[in-house]
Amino acid sequence: MSGNFKERLKFYWQLIKALQTGLLLLTGITGFVTSRCPVMNAGIFLGLTGSLFLSISGSTILNMIIDRDIDTRMGRTAKRPIPSGKVTVKEALILGSILSFAGVAWAFSLSLIFGALVFAGLFFDVIVYSLWLKRRTPWSIVWGGIAGAMPIMAGRALGLGKVDSVGILLGLSILLWIPTHILTFSMKYYEDYARAGIPTFPSTYGFRKTRLIIAISSVGAAIAVGIGIMALGISWGYLRLLAVLSVGLLGLVLFSIFKPSEKVNLGLFKYASLFMLSSMIILISGVLL
Amino acid sequence: MRRISALDRILLFTMVLVAAYQVVSGLDKFRNQVVFYFTISFGVLIIAGLLLILFGYEILENPFVVVVAALIPLSLSLGLILTYYPEVHIPYLIFAIAGIFAITITRLSSSKTIATLTLAVVHGIAGLTIFILPIILYARGKATLSLLFITMGATFIGLGGLLLALIQTGRPLLSRKTVFTLLPWILLVMTAAFSAGLGAMP
Repeated sequence: MSGNFKERLKFYWQLIKALQTGLLLLTGITGFVTSRCPVMNAGIFLGLTGSLFLSISGSTILNMIIDRDIDTRMGRTAKRPIPSGKVTVKEALILGSILSFAGVAWAFSLSLIFGALVFAGLFFDVIVYSLWLKRRTPWSIVWGGIAGAMPIMAGRALGLGKVDSVGILLGLSILLWIPTHILTFSMKYYEDYARAGIPTFPSTYGFRKTRLIIAISSVGAAIAVGIGIMALGISWGYLRLLAVLSVGLLGLVLFSIFKPSEKVNLGLFKYASLFMLSSMIILISGVLL
Repeated sequence: MRRISALDRILLFTMVLVAAYQVVSGLDKFRNQVVFYFTISFGVLIIAGLLLILFGYEILENPFVVVVAALIPLSLSLGLILTYYPEVHIPYLIFAIAGIFAITITRLSSSKTIATLTLAVVHGIAGLTIFILPIILYARGKATLSLLFITMGATFIGLGGLLLALIQTGRPLLSRKTVFTLLPWILLVMTAAFSAGLGAMP
């Protein structure tokens, strides 16, 4: 019985894409910390992390249900718990719905605006991005990006009690980072997406234009975080570090344009994730230390 | 090419953290232009560490790496010269900019011999500057003993560069495996030494 339970937990862990959920959760915590409210209020902090974790995990599971037919056709995703039959659609639907409902309800219990933003993130991600636009247009990633920007905005709004320009700026940095993340992925798995019939930027506009879009969005993301750091009054040292990391990102982007290769593409994908993770750590450290 | 190991990655990441700490907290006491120079040197170390972690040692075969690597001694020496001998800063800055241009252009267009010679001259002068200058300053009583950490860092960067260059020429001093096992240690100790040395500067 316990072995079976452990196995189910393992599959559920795969369903929530722990790394991606963790990164989004970190952005939410970052948004909260940047509001400079008393971070050590255990009740609010637990509510923030708990509600965001549940709602992000729930929406990820609901996305997995919506995309199960696509996942079956793609080599990269065919072994996921739902397409491989390890978790049934009904089981995933129950789990995803409970987590989503619990997360959003918990978020509303903390603050109306926080709850509204958490719900907006879930709505944009599951309904607008996955259910409505993902199979119709490559521009669906913009809505995926807006959904991804919600946790950081929600976290800051929870601390401040309102949405302010810095929150929007930080949200914009996530929105602009997401194309770098998704488009490098869609180039790497170009044939997989083509086989599944999903319109992507590389299949619609070609690799060169996709790389240019990655370049523009990367620069935009770096600028947005940089202005955010300045607006928050964080010390110059952190801005210098962000500038260094941005130069690395830009260098890789330029390399991927002029000397494109599979390896550079994958490296850019990893570096972009590292860049966003570092940006969040810089923001947290800059405010707290 | 030896595959990068978990230990290598840990050492390189530690190096990145040391350099990042220096960029964030260790430069505010300097004047703006010196901060700019030292940010370049430690910034190159940060980016180099991250790229080695992500791409492995194969990235060292890219000709662009040589150009970027030359920025470390050049920018460090520029910061030192501007702090201790500002009167020769402009001529040295001209040399540094011309040197980077020369290294880039010869890598792209000239014969291998000219490219290697250009690199040796520019890299050599910058490397010797960060090696000798702290010794001279200490000997003249213009700096504390801790500044010699920069000399120590220069020794390590020189050692690392020499070992890699000898591999490139096909006459390695140590086996490839040994060199790439030592490289992350050399980079970490070098970065820590440069950080300690900068801490001794006024």
